[in-house]
Amino acid sequence: MHIPDGYLSPSTCAVLYAAAIAGWYSALKRLKRMLLSRVVPLISVFAAFSFVVMMFNLPLPGGTTGHALGVTISAIVLGPSGAVLAISIALAIQALFFGDGGISTLGANCFNMAIVASLVAYASYRLIAAGAAIGSKRRVAAAAIAGYLAVNAAALIAAIEFGIQPALFHDARGMPLYAPYPLGIAVPAMMIGHLTLAGAAEAAISAGLVAYLQAADPTLLRNTAGVLPATETASALMPAATTSLRRLWMAVALLMVLTPLGILAAGKAWGEWSPSELAMRQSAGQTASAAGDSVAPSAPPAGMQRLAKLWTAPFPAYAPSFVKSARFGYLLSAMFAVGILVLVSFAAQFWVQRRREVRHS
Amino acid sequence: MARAGFLTSTMLGFTRALARAMVSEQIARQAGLLQSLDPRVRVIGLFTMVLAVLLSRRIAVIVALFFVAVIIAILSRVGVGMLVKRVWLVVLGFTGVIAFPAIFLTPGDPVAAFAGGPLRITVQGVQTATLLIARVETAVTFTSLLVLCTPWTHVLKALRTFRLPQEAVMLLAMTHRYIFLLVETAGQMFESRQSRTVGLLKGAAGRRITARSAGVLLSKSIELSNEVYLAMQSRGFRGEIRILSDFHMRSWDYLGLAAFLAAGSLSAWVGR
Repeated sequence: MHIPDGYLSPSTCAVLYAAAIAGWYSALKRLKRMLLSRVVPLISVFAAFSFVVMMFNLPLPGGTTGHALGVTISAIVLGPSGAVLAISIALAIQALFFGDGGISTLGANCFNMAIVASLVAYASYRLIAAGAAIGSKRRVAAAAIAGYLAVNAAALIAAIEFGIQPALFHDARGMPLYAPYPLGIAVPAMMIGHLTLAGAAEAAISAGLVAYLQAADPTLLRNTAGVLPATETASALMPAATTSLRRLWMAVALLMVLTPLGILAAGKAWGEWSPSELAMRQSAGQTASAAGDSVAPSAPPAGMQRLAKLWTAPFPAYAPSFVKSARFGYLLSAMFAVGILVLVSFAAQFWVQRRREVRHS
Repeated sequence: MARAGFLTSTMLGFTRALARAMVSEQIARQAGLLQSLDPRVRVIGLFTMVLAVLLSRRIAVIVALFFVAVIIAILSRVGVGMLVKRVWLVVLGFTGVIAFPAIFLTPGDPVAAFAGGPLRITVQGVQTATLLIARVETAVTFTSLLVLCTPWTHVLKALRTFRLPQEAVMLLAMTHRYIFLLVETAGQMFESRQSRTVGLLKGAAGRRITARSAGVLLSKSIELSNEVYLAMQSRGFRGEIRILSDFHMRSWDYLGLAAFLAAGSLSAWVGR
């Protein structure tokens, strides 16, 4: 699947370099959240491992042998960002040092085999293995299917890249200038070998590796295992929860900004009246209508009036007395509330951690 | 049932890769035309030539560029015999198989017909196949010249000066270093497994051996990365990368760069 120089037009190479650069940038940005000193050796050694695994000859049914790509196990152990970088680095060294795969087509090869294959492998593995225990056989099957799908997705993209060449790049007489076959020939020709041998090789090595890791080193499978039972700790390799936590903080911030929208709502939430509001005609009407047109009391109950004086909120009606703007008052109240909740949550976390440490010591 | 041939072929693959790397390093150290140029000029110049090959639409221009590549190879003391074995025959075998059906499948003016007419060789088909083979052979020759005549450390230094992120350069450098260690480790694992294998192995057993060997190698790799991480920390690495760059362009290098750019531009213009 390594496309050599000369099969793709310069403009196709440029577009695929741009796509690959976007993928590399995104992956590098995500991984920079970890310590650089931790990322560099991990990705480097994993890239070297992927390079070596690509050289393994795997016996396949029918007496033939095939080569795996190693992208699926990278996506399962490192996650998509790590796999994109590790496989790209392995492909770059193959091209720049060993002369396998072109220099002009390095972007295309990385896009197909590192980016598309990693994402397909990761997504299909997560989908099929969702909720399965680390030692579950479903994870082995998920790895096999993910490997098969990843290699074939990469092959299909490569076939499309080949197949569009004659339509887009030909001379005045219609003679193709680069890869000569249209999609109708390029796609089946490329896919036959990958749907059989290459896909089977990647499926076999991915399933075998996951089965081996389940028995020998299950911690390596935890990074992309999704939600784990409370008794299982997350992998020390990658901070899997960082993304979801960041999204959560962004959602909280958005909700805080949107809190003044509450001002737009007409009327009052049913049942949340203050004694003075309950006395008002409109509220009385709403109460009566909700209560099946039974007669509303003419005055607030005495017990309610007495209890209402027990506690005065610091921000009554979501606006401290010193704030004149209702919108700003809403925002301030939201920030104050979120701040208190975060403090309480941190305090609870600290207390639980201390209890655990005391218990273990 | 099969002999443990996959173990031998994997080990042969490792040996071949190591041998190729050693030959490249040896050629890169020799005195020659490309070796005398600044690595940045080599990278830019040979990439320009690859681009010129891709941009040219005329077979004659691509063939001319092929001869330019051969002359550069001879002047850089890269053996033509090695290019034939390592590059041209390999590319011809691979691209030839892909290009051959185009002779029949490309619509155009028929030259010869077989099997009563439906199987026809067309002029456009022959030209398409020739163009593809010539283009790929020439482009891969230029790429191979870069790989053969530039030590890996120089390629990395050249990439640094092209504003490639330092993290990426560091990843490339470290990966290259550990590839050889892991190739050696994997080679030893396969060798020891082969020495314990008697008789025939079933296909499933062979697959299990390969997957488990890959698993052991993966565990060793992760362990190695942890050790490297600790070693980097103990040496005070805090994520800041400092690089020594001692390249100096001389007039010879500027001349070489100008020659590459002129040849590339001229070829692209004539071959448009």
